[in-house]
Amino acid sequence: MRRIERDYPIASVGGDIGLPADDPECPARGNTERTEFGRVAMGAVLDMLEEAKDLDSPTPRWVQSIGNQRGVGSQPTSTLMHCPDERPSARSPSSCKPDASRRQSKRADQPAPEVCVQRLEGISKLTGRERYVDDLPFDDALWGMTVRTRVPRGRIRQIKFGSAVDWAEFVVVDHRDIPGPNEVFLIERDQPVLAADYTRHMHEPVVLIAHPDREMCRRAVADVQIIVDEEPPALDYRLPAGPEQIQRNNDNLFKVLKIEKGNTERALEQAAHVVEGLYETGAQEHVYIENQGMIAWVEDGVVVTKGSMQCPYYVVNALKHALNRDESQVRVIQTPTGGGFGGKEDYPSNLALHAALLALKANRPVKIIYDRPEDMAATTKRHPAQTRHRTGFDSDGKLVAQHIDVTMDGGAYVTLSPVVLSRGIIHAAGPYACDNVLIDGRAVLTNAVPFGAFRGFGAPQTLFALERHMDVCAAQLGIDPIELRRINLIRDGQTTATGQVINDGTDRTAVLDQAAQAIRFREKQRAHESFNATEPYLRRGVGLACFWHGAGFTGSGEVALKSRLRVQGHADGRVEILSSSTEMGQGTWTVFTQIAAEHLGIAPADIIITTPDTSRVPNSGPTVASRTAMVVGRLVERACDDLRQSLGLDNATRGEAVTAAIRAWHNTNADQSLFGEAQYEKPPGINWDDDTYEGDAYGTYGWATYAAEVEIDLRTYTARVIDFVAVQEIGKVLNNTLARGQIQGGVAQGIGWALLEECKWELGGMKNCQLTNYIIPTSADLPPIRVAFLENAYAHGAQGAKGIGELPMDGPGPAIANAIADAIGVHANIIPLTPERIMGMMDQTHA
Amino acid sequence: MPDSNNINVEFTLNGNPISIDVAPRDRLLDTLRYALDLTGAKEGCGEGECGACTVYLDGVPANSCLIPTYQVSGRAIDTIESIPADALSDMLASGATQCGACTPGVVMTACWLKRHPELLKTHTVRELMAGNLCRCTGYDGIIDGITDGCQSNYDRGNAS
Ligand code: FES
Ligand code: FES
Repeated sequence: MRRIERDYPIASVGGDIGLPADDPECPARGNTERTEFGRVAMGAVLDMLEEAKDLDSPTPRWVQSIGNQRGVGSQPTSTLMHCPDERPSARSPSSCKPDASRRQSKRADQPAPEVCVQRLEGISKLTGRERYVDDLPFDDALWGMTVRTRVPRGRIRQIKFGSAVDWAEFVVVDHRDIPGPNEVFLIERDQPVLAADYTRHMHEPVVLIAHPDREMCRRAVADVQIIVDEEPPALDYRLPAGPEQIQRNNDNLFKVLKIEKGNTERALEQAAHVVEGLYETGAQEHVYIENQGMIAWVEDGVVVTKGSMQCPYYVVNALKHALNRDESQVRVIQTPTGGGFGGKEDYPSNLALHAALLALKANRPVKIIYDRPEDMAATTKRHPAQTRHRTGFDSDGKLVAQHIDVTMDGGAYVTLSPVVLSRGIIHAAGPYACDNVLIDGRAVLTNAVPFGAFRGFGAPQTLFALERHMDVCAAQLGIDPIELRRINLIRDGQTTATGQVINDGTDRTAVLDQAAQAIRFREKQRAHESFNATEPYLRRGVGLACFWHGAGFTGSGEVALKSRLRVQGHADGRVEILSSSTEMGQGTWTVFTQIAAEHLGIAPADIIITTPDTSRVPNSGPTVASRTAMVVGRLVERACDDLRQSLGLDNATRGEAVTAAIRAWHNTNADQSLFGEAQYEKPPGINWDDDTYEGDAYGTYGWATYAAEVEIDLRTYTARVIDFVAVQEIGKVLNNTLARGQIQGGVAQGIGWALLEECKWELGGMKNCQLTNYIIPTSADLPPIRVAFLENAYAHGAQGAKGIGELPMDGPGPAIANAIADAIGVHANIIPLTPERIMGMMDQTHA
Repeated sequence: MPDSNNINVEFTLNGNPISIDVAPRDRLLDTLRYALDLTGAKEGCGEGECGACTVYLDGVPANSCLIPTYQVSGRAIDTIESIPADALSDMLASGATQCGACTPGVVMTACWLKRHPELLKTHTVRELMAGNLCRCTGYDGIIDGITDGCQSNYDRGNAS
């Protein structure tokens, strides 16, 4: 994709701002719904919503908002855009401070759209004052660096230190310096902290080096040679491993899972139509803009690691295990984290161990900051996956059987593959009702760098297959793709593949219809027919995808986590939230503050929250799985209740009465600490069986339909998205700006995965470890992403919230592939749909 | 490390004259961050792709990861630390920052663009911002923050 050079021609014309309405490259061009700045014209949106109301769908209790704008239009917007806490309700409005937090109206004649609490750390990020790990001053710190094997598989025979540097100046660590077991503590303990005698992937760490000068570290790394007796690597997860490639049990399988409902084989035999398909999705690199980094030091016998991470207690457990220490001898502190998306879920444990080993040996602080190439090469990525569908329908287009077979590339170590596979297969049958479902899943060992968590966690892979397949089925059955989905969408009282009864009152058909309405699906189909017939080089298409995303940990995961959270009442009356849930851009601080402020009826300014330090915060579980606002947010509410209880107050007591009681408590209990606590409790009626994979896989689900319009240039085979609509029901929206930002950011990552982002592999290592040739979308590559929320409060989530973070990753892939298939008639069964791949598909289709 | 090859450079930094010894290989980004503790500019890629390291070189946005420090001798460098917080309320309200790693660079380009509205006659905001990668926002929050800012400039201009 094109990047814009910085030497813009600066026109000498002064005066008013010229609007690029007719710019031929403006993504909004030719789209009647947009105004000059690519905004949605409010009139059009109101019309759409009027149309939508005519359908039998949206129920009155749903509050709707659409568009990516916040009201700088010509129509009143307060009925559309809402701040949930601003609606007339029993709740106190005090969490919306009129002075500091309300958005100022641009023009006096318009009602100002409200923002509850603006991002707490927003100004410090905007002004560059936020200090990330690499920004912390550490005068006496050494730089740490890693020597890696560069061979995908084999026995390490020798480590040769060269003579280009004076090794006496360096601190050098290898596996013999590890005080405890040489294992990274995670689901399994198969991954060594530092390879001792065997390498299973290209970027396996073997030796660590520290020196005061970073450049000297680089020279030293280049001066170490690791001699490996190479053995045949397993490099293609789609093929069965040959005998010489077997490295685990007798089949190289990390995990095999099965979901079974009804009798799928018999139903397929009796089905009126059976449609088969094979789908594939590639790896994806997180590209958090802040690379991974960690500082470690030893303080009064305690090993302290401080850095960029999602899950401080994962790091605690890893340090305890490999350094052979108890919990009082390790301390983990998060620094402001510049993006995670799953990439900083488990890898920071490895990095913290490396920094800690160097710091222990050097007896000085050691700082390891990966540069972009090392980060892209060595850290985890999204699991590549291949999914086969065999689907039976009756003569009316009703699903009667789904046989789904999922294979995921796990890479060299187990990491999180079993749970990624689990979430993947549970989502594989989609938001549809079907009596006979058989899902087989496996995660396979290969000698690729381990794959790990990435937003969506297996679900985007299987939902790509499912939703692309639904369009293929629709075409074969001669049924309209929207209609086919409408016929089969799960209704209240029906069961999922795991036998979970869905009964949440959400009108899923309304979600589907609103997305179709908002993108003007039918009108666009008609308009494209003539456009495609007359345009010599351009082809347009439209497609959609219907999906669901389970919120929180899978199955009994939340029960096993037993997450805890505390609030502390300080002597000045302020309340601090003590939680290991991390802020990494998604808005944890803001949302927790809002929840606590609203629950106690006190001002957001009287709530304190900061980066977690495990010496102060309890384990609230990892910051993953779209669980933070919903699950941990509920703990914030309950810990606030507990605080009130310790003060002898009932839950109706709010506001100044609470802060006064906190101050009074401190007056009579000088030098003591006042806490409120909460621990996760399973909502009633949720049951899961890990052995049979039956029951309530998730407490609740978000429901969504995303629709995309694409344009393909037949001269370059480049596809671009020219319009995108994301409609979802995610319980209650707690903060409109943050929620919209989560959706738009997730959609952007999804568009990148669908069209641009391709990991090129060589011997199980990523070849294009640079932002020069691993391409993520720029602002010029994306259209405005139009977002609508339908609300249906979830009883067990904080303030009615469900999870939101991962959901937007699921929809763009299949919606875009369907739109490309619609535009140019190719099968589009693999993403990313790069120009090379589209060219190949077109050649095949037209051969 | 002390290095006999060090070069003395004098330039203007955020309006003040400065003199500093640097190694020939030092990038402006490293000098700012590690020698001068101006850590607002970030390293996202180190090769001119992401724009997280954006500073102004004689008033024009430039990637400080691509500039050897000795080359800015006699020039004017401005960093994110020179931007006042009150210029950024539109971007805060629009959701222009999430994780904040791209943000200093985004803000530098955005503020420059707001000072050069004539660019919008020939380029879209989306094109002008394409040198700053953001992985969190999907760009809508950023674009909105800029267009809102331009809009309020426009309003103020009309009113006066
Ligand atoms: S760090 Fe300079 S452009 Fe990315
Ligand atoms: S806000 Fe995270 S990269 Fe832009």
